[in-house]
Amino acid sequence: MMQIKVDLSVLGQTKWYEYAIRFLFGGIITGVAGLIAQRFGPGIGGLFLAFPAIFPASATLIEKHERQKKEKEGLQGTQRGREAASIDTAGSAMGSIGLSVFALLVWQFLPRHSTWIVLTAATAAWLSVSVLIWHIRKQA
Amino acid sequence: MSQILIRFLIGGAVVSVFAVLGDLLKPKSFAGLFGAAPSVALATLGLTAASEGASYAATEARSMVAGAVAFFAYASFVSWVMMNYKLKALSVTICSIPLWLGVAFGLWHLWLK
Repeated sequence: MMQIKVDLSVLGQTKWYEYAIRFLFGGIITGVAGLIAQRFGPGIGGLFLAFPAIFPASATLIEKHERQKKEKEGLQGTQRGREAASIDTAGSAMGSIGLSVFALLVWQFLPRHSTWIVLTAATAAWLSVSVLIWHIRKQA
Repeated sequence: MSQILIRFLIGGAVVSVFAVLGDLLKPKSFAGLFGAAPSVALATLGLTAASEGASYAATEARSMVAGAVAFFAYASFVSWVMMNYKLKALSVTICSIPLWLGVAFGLWHLWLK
């Protein structure tokens, strides 16, 4: 069975501006989603709660770090960088199934229950469903 | 204006936390799950429920289901293109955004409008 590991060395690899870019994109899409909901209503605004806002920045970062790692070893890293970004993105596709479950639960339960309980339970459901799908996919 | 600034700050912080979590985890396919974390939704829905009411936030969540299906189509397509063609991640991820928009608005039009 594949082991899940935590690699703290990545923190040193990431530059301050790479953190800042993701903060900026995350903040902008959250603000814009609010503005769109105000202007066009919650039906349209809600679509943007699942907008892949930081996806380009994250995939580029993974591609770059993987390429640099290979080049440090004296190898050609371009292809490996692309593959790493592709594998990470495939993981996000699995996570998006969990994201649908999150949205379904919030839609169904928010009107009748405490906001924080619903959001906490829906987040737990997102993680559980995503990990389960990832696990099934790995076994297949 | 202050409401938008609060959303910006909370959104940036929540998205960053999930992004860093994704950076730390291995293997890459598992870390990728965090690329589809409900970060923008968590930053938005609590504030929206408090300011506009739970029904309004639930309507946003209903549309978010369509957005999440569009995310699945987008991420699957991006992954396939990067694995099969020699294209840079930045160009593939940005040029594929219309796919997300098309699927999200298409589902909204067919199912939610």
